[in-house]
Amino acid sequence: MSKSIEAIDLNVYYGDFLAVEGVNVKIEPRTVVAFIGPSGCGKTTFLRTMNRMHEVLPGATVKGQLLLDQENIYGSAVDPVRVRSKVGMVFQRPNPFPTMTIRDNVLAGFKLNGVRMGRKQADEIVERSLKGANLWNEVKDRLEKPGSGLSGGQQQRLCIARTIAVQPEVILMDEPCSALDPISTLAVEDLIGELKEHFTIVIVTHNMQQASRVSDKTAFFNIAGTGKPGKLIEFDYTDKIFSNPTEKATEDYITGRFG
Amino acid sequence: MTTTSVDEIIPSKSSLTAGQLPRWTPLAVGGGALAVSALVMLLIGFNLPGWIVIAWLLFVPSMFVATRAVEGHQAGVDRLWTVLVYSAFALALLPLVSIVVEVLTQGLPGVVDPGFFTNTMQYATSLTDQQAVEAGTDIKGGILHAIVGSLLVTLAATVISVPVGLLTSIYLVEYGRDGWLSRAIVFFVDVMTGIPSIVAGLFGAALLLTLVGPQDNLMGFTAACALSVLMIPVVVRSTTEMLRVVPNELREASYALGVRKSLTILKVVIPTAISGIASGVTLAIARVIGETAPILVTAGVATRLNANLFSDWMMTLPVFIYRQLQNPTAPAAPGPSLERAWGAALVLIVIVMVLNLASRMIARAFAPKKTGR
Repeated sequence: MSKSIEAIDLNVYYGDFLAVEGVNVKIEPRTVVAFIGPSGCGKTTFLRTMNRMHEVLPGATVKGQLLLDQENIYGSAVDPVRVRSKVGMVFQRPNPFPTMTIRDNVLAGFKLNGVRMGRKQADEIVERSLKGANLWNEVKDRLEKPGSGLSGGQQQRLCIARTIAVQPEVILMDEPCSALDPISTLAVEDLIGELKEHFTIVIVTHNMQQASRVSDKTAFFNIAGTGKPGKLIEFDYTDKIFSNPTEKATEDYITGRFG
Repeated sequence: MTTTSVDEIIPSKSSLTAGQLPRWTPLAVGGGALAVSALVMLLIGFNLPGWIVIAWLLFVPSMFVATRAVEGHQAGVDRLWTVLVYSAFALALLPLVSIVVEVLTQGLPGVVDPGFFTNTMQYATSLTDQQAVEAGTDIKGGILHAIVGSLLVTLAATVISVPVGLLTSIYLVEYGRDGWLSRAIVFFVDVMTGIPSIVAGLFGAALLLTLVGPQDNLMGFTAACALSVLMIPVVVRSTTEMLRVVPNELREASYALGVRKSLTILKVVIPTAISGIASGVTLAIARVIGETAPILVTAGVATRLNANLFSDWMMTLPVFIYRQLQNPTAPAAPGPSLERAWGAALVLIVIVMVLNLASRMIARAFAPKKTGR
């Protein structure tokens, strides 16, 4: 159920402004890829093109190809809604639905789409997803309580549970730990290690230790200056990026000489 | 003016509270100001407003001077503005309190009349009113027909306005994206907000005139159409605000789960905003239930119960009040009519208050759950 992603000459625009230029990258199934780079370099923008969330913003467009197992998700007849059901996303700030209970939040992908299912099947999905997100033991006695009553770290894992409940092929994570404390961050990082067995994971992070801890491969994005487009500078195995990068800019960034 | 005992002025032991006026200073200064003002009043003849105004004019500068002398310039200015802000608050409250007191005292005798809520004006004639005044018999006649009319007309106006208003604001917030159409809608909604209510009434009457012809157009439904012209802009404005404050993160979370935009709006955005929408709608209802002019030219007046919105004239509470005051049932003995008018006014205010309370309760019942940690 896990799929590869390949970007071919991908340009991302906000209106007329070219935000990310000429990205070519191939992400293998069942791997964790981390995007690092300074703020404003287009990591998140590129991430959001991978499940067509980018175009939700007014005037935002994409040119080029993005292949999900050889199928171009930017093909003319492709319905973005179907893409998004295959490519899930976890956001920077935990965003459980405030009107729903913990249980309903996990089932949101089904309930919002009007999928009917039996009580037993629903219970199974809730338990499997919450266990998958390492949250089951903490919330199993209060599934009918509101999701917004959980702590920040628990809310973020609830959002992960909600994402894996619909069984996507790929999970995109946009700085999923930036609003969390170190303990919750550890819980989410451990979880990423486990999720890797079933999903392709792409994670944007500002924390280079996190990138080196969780990812198999790392992509370094950089920007030449304000108003210039962001570019993919280097994409390689994480060990190599952090020990012996090919590009000078990558080395400068990871050693803290800039950015 | 202020009489502070010596041991209060001595700085108390804590260095943090040293050099401050004691907490009862405003009471003491206020009492002093009232006393001096009373003396002035004795000299020129007593009247209540004068007493309070002169006391206030004394109170404001003496509080400023006293605080400035003891606590310094900044504390003095702070105290001056505090006093002014509280005074403005009291002044703003004055009309509300006086209305409530007046309507309660004038309206209660009417409300307790036997049959006030269960009778219409069908059998109340100038004869029965005159008898009530001369022979002291019970005042006949009630407001049942007006209550039923008010509720039905307002309900129909709500049924028309809420879907139109809600869908308009969904278009504005979710689809319009600040294009020329949405800017035009916002502009015309703003214009509609300022339409005089009598114009809305004439619009309703004219609209139904073209649809069903003269005379037939005067009915409860016409009044509901006229009221919805007044209601729609209020509903649009309040629901637009409520939909705007729904965090974009929730929409994106829903999209990322593979949920369509229409379903996202229906099942995420509206439920999150429903408490605000509900209270906005209730306030819009409270706003139109007291309208008189548009109903006078659309639903007309009636003395008997008419529960059919689609035929014949219909009475509502505001029109009932107006009629009873302007054309008393017994012109020679207007007392009973006055009593009924005030009673109806009290009932109208109570209905509006109940609606306001209901909107708060609805807002609380639907509010996103925050507890359960």
